[in-house]
Amino acid sequence: MSELILGPFSRVEGDLEVRIEINDNRVAQAFVAAPLYRGFEQILQGRPAQDALVIAPRICGSCSVSQSVASAQALAMAMDVVPPANGVIAANLILACENAADHLTHFYLFFMPDFASGTYGGRGWHDRAVERFKAQSGVAGRQAQKARVAFLHAMGILAGKWPHNLAVQPGGTTKSVDLGERMRLLAVLAEFRSFLETTLFADSLENIAALTSVDALERWREERPAEVGDFRLFLHIAEDLHLSTVGRGPARFLSYGAFGGNDGQLFASGLWRDGDLSPLDLAGLREDLSHAWMCGGSQHPDDGVTMPDADRLDAYSWCKAPRLNGETCEVGAFARQMVAGHPLIRALAVVADGRASVQGRVVARLLELALLVPAMERWVHSLAGAEAYCQSVAVPDRADGFGLVEAARGSLGHWLSVEGGQIRQYQVVAPTTWNFSPRDKAGQPGPLEEALVGAAVLPGEEFPLTVQHVIRSFDPCMRCAVH
Amino acid sequence: MVTRLKSRLSVLWLQAGSCGGCTMSALGAETLGLSETLERADIELLWHPSLAEEGGPEVLRLLEQCRSGERAFDVLCVEGALLTGSNGNGRFQILAGGLRPVSCWVRDLAQRARYVVAVGSCAAFGAIPASPAVPTEAKGLQYTGEEPGGLLGAGWLSGSGLPVINVSGCAPHPGWVVETLMGLGQGILQTADLDSFGRPRFWADHLVHHGCARNEFYEFKASAAAPSQLGCLLENLGCKGTQAPGDCNLRLWNGGWSCPNAGYACINCTSPAFEDPIGAFLETPKVAGVPLGLPVDMPKAWYVALSVLSKSATPDRVRKNACEDHVVVPPHCRSTS
Repeated sequence: MSELILGPFSRVEGDLEVRIEINDNRVAQAFVAAPLYRGFEQILQGRPAQDALVIAPRICGSCSVSQSVASAQALAMAMDVVPPANGVIAANLILACENAADHLTHFYLFFMPDFASGTYGGRGWHDRAVERFKAQSGVAGRQAQKARVAFLHAMGILAGKWPHNLAVQPGGTTKSVDLGERMRLLAVLAEFRSFLETTLFADSLENIAALTSVDALERWREERPAEVGDFRLFLHIAEDLHLSTVGRGPARFLSYGAFGGNDGQLFASGLWRDGDLSPLDLAGLREDLSHAWMCGGSQHPDDGVTMPDADRLDAYSWCKAPRLNGETCEVGAFARQMVAGHPLIRALAVVADGRASVQGRVVARLLELALLVPAMERWVHSLAGAEAYCQSVAVPDRADGFGLVEAARGSLGHWLSVEGGQIRQYQVVAPTTWNFSPRDKAGQPGPLEEALVGAAVLPGEEFPLTVQHVIRSFDPCMRCAVH
Repeated sequence: MVTRLKSRLSVLWLQAGSCGGCTMSALGAETLGLSETLERADIELLWHPSLAEEGGPEVLRLLEQCRSGERAFDVLCVEGALLTGSNGNGRFQILAGGLRPVSCWVRDLAQRARYVVAVGSCAAFGAIPASPAVPTEAKGLQYTGEEPGGLLGAGWLSGSGLPVINVSGCAPHPGWVVETLMGLGQGILQTADLDSFGRPRFWADHLVHHGCARNEFYEFKASAAAPSQLGCLLENLGCKGTQAPGDCNLRLWNGGWSCPNAGYACINCTSPAFEDPIGAFLETPKVAGVPLGLPVDMPKAWYVALSVLSKSATPDRVRKNACEDHVVVPPHCRSTS
């Protein structure tokens, strides 16, 4: 038995340290630590209620809009206000823009550069991976940066700037969109679609969205040479490195549901547990603090407290450990599509013991790009010319509320209590709080801790690559995990 | 003639107590994206947490070489507030893979850098993480709020003789970051090019108000009363664009936009202590109906007199549109013949 303490990690949002115990060249146990604490929940207390709209998004510069939408929804519930249809659609567009940009950034800038590593020299695909994905110099990374710059013009049109804007309010959005701006949005989306269909998929988004089985995905991969489309190259690499067998997390997936409107949600909410889907019910949600540098016991976020205690015995992370009915859940694009019922993702789980894998998580994220962009196109068309975008309502003296959002990285919740017009209590449970949580009182490892068990560690490897693939496959955001 | 350094400008970029938003913003550098923009300007990222290939022991060795002086580098960019608590032990942010606090790494590496750049208001002034509500004792590199000092001390100068260059903003505009680095690469950004808070004057000598698309509403004091309305945001909705350093409405963001022209207040995010406004961020504090935060360089009596005059002269079109979220009264079409 040997041990490695791994960090710092590049191409991971925020600070992460992972301790692994190694037996027979495999990870036997993993302990995932978040070594940074800033204290946003404490900072929010006592501020005027609507200040949450300014402060909460600044938890994270990658998931800024997700945090913004969650705080606006929590306030909307407290204020008892329902945004007009245009405001709902515009907020969906703003959130979808961030989620899609995050998925793109993850694939091209954070995840794929690992395959350009010299460790893989000699593999059939390695030269191509270096050319396309080498960190900073790879051609694909640069193409993706340009595509991202152009795509974020949609954020400009709808929300002024990114990251950290105030466009999403409890009563709707602050920016009405005129006819010319709607046309510009369509042009931006067309440009982004063109990048995805040419460079990422080398196929139409609709064809990607229509892949419904493992066989169909396999046939699609083999239809054309490996270098035609970056997605196909990834599938070849995944096949060669058996990435569908690596990094399997818990067989439980949670999604709060995403992009609601008059005609329901684009992605439905629920809990997938060992093959069964049940409606979303957060009554059994608790944040366990037994291995976090925090004072207190296990609480629902309605009653949660955040009080750091750097001396707590048995603690090894600033991250709390959310559990639903005492169990861990994986969240993120794979979980979202499991719950929403996309046949390809359900099929990928069937061949992976009901779980997500490194391959599955990446496929789900790219599949979502193929689902989100056409949805955004539809939503732009459904914005109604001269109708309102925002309703204005005062903050009540005393009220509670919560906001549940699907960020790119998964389920994000804000719980808020207002007294005397000020924030009495504010709790955030972010996607990576779920995925990268430490052990709980029962000793149950968090989802990443579980997913790392069995990962290969090559003899002499000081920063094991397979471990890095597993970690990055979750697209972790440590800044959100501990806020 | 452009003076060029003989070699590339090498940049070491660390994230302290940050949200990562400054990097996310910088990645949006128009129109090429960050990697290619920097490469064309002969700027090399020696290590960057979001972009570098290397991690783990390799990075720790690189940082150690930079710290010992064995490996020379030009610029230390720091993103995020420096967490020095509790009681100075830096416990709230230990660099992963080791035992040293990030704030200690930053303090040591700063001594070896020719230039130190605070990317964003947290690294510059502490900003939101520097709240007294938390025990993290967060600081900026050379300021905490408006108070000189910070992690490195008030009189501290980097190897080149410049103080910390504060590219503040929450997040800063990608152009501010890139152009500051380019100016350093060309050896032309000097102390005289920084304002009294160490901010590059090429953007900080402007006010966000300059070029605001709501200018006509401002002129006539035709104010929005609620979010999404077209009127000026100063009187009711907390806009500090007339006080805030920044060329946001001149260079614009994400393809041609800004905070005020998307319908919400400028919160003066480039200024120290912006995180602690009088009252709520999105409401204008007033005394006897007069906003407390007046446009800079404007005496109160003049502001009041001008407002009364402006309001009495407000065209009906401007008054009506100010409280709508679409133009309901278009400008009168005059015949040109």
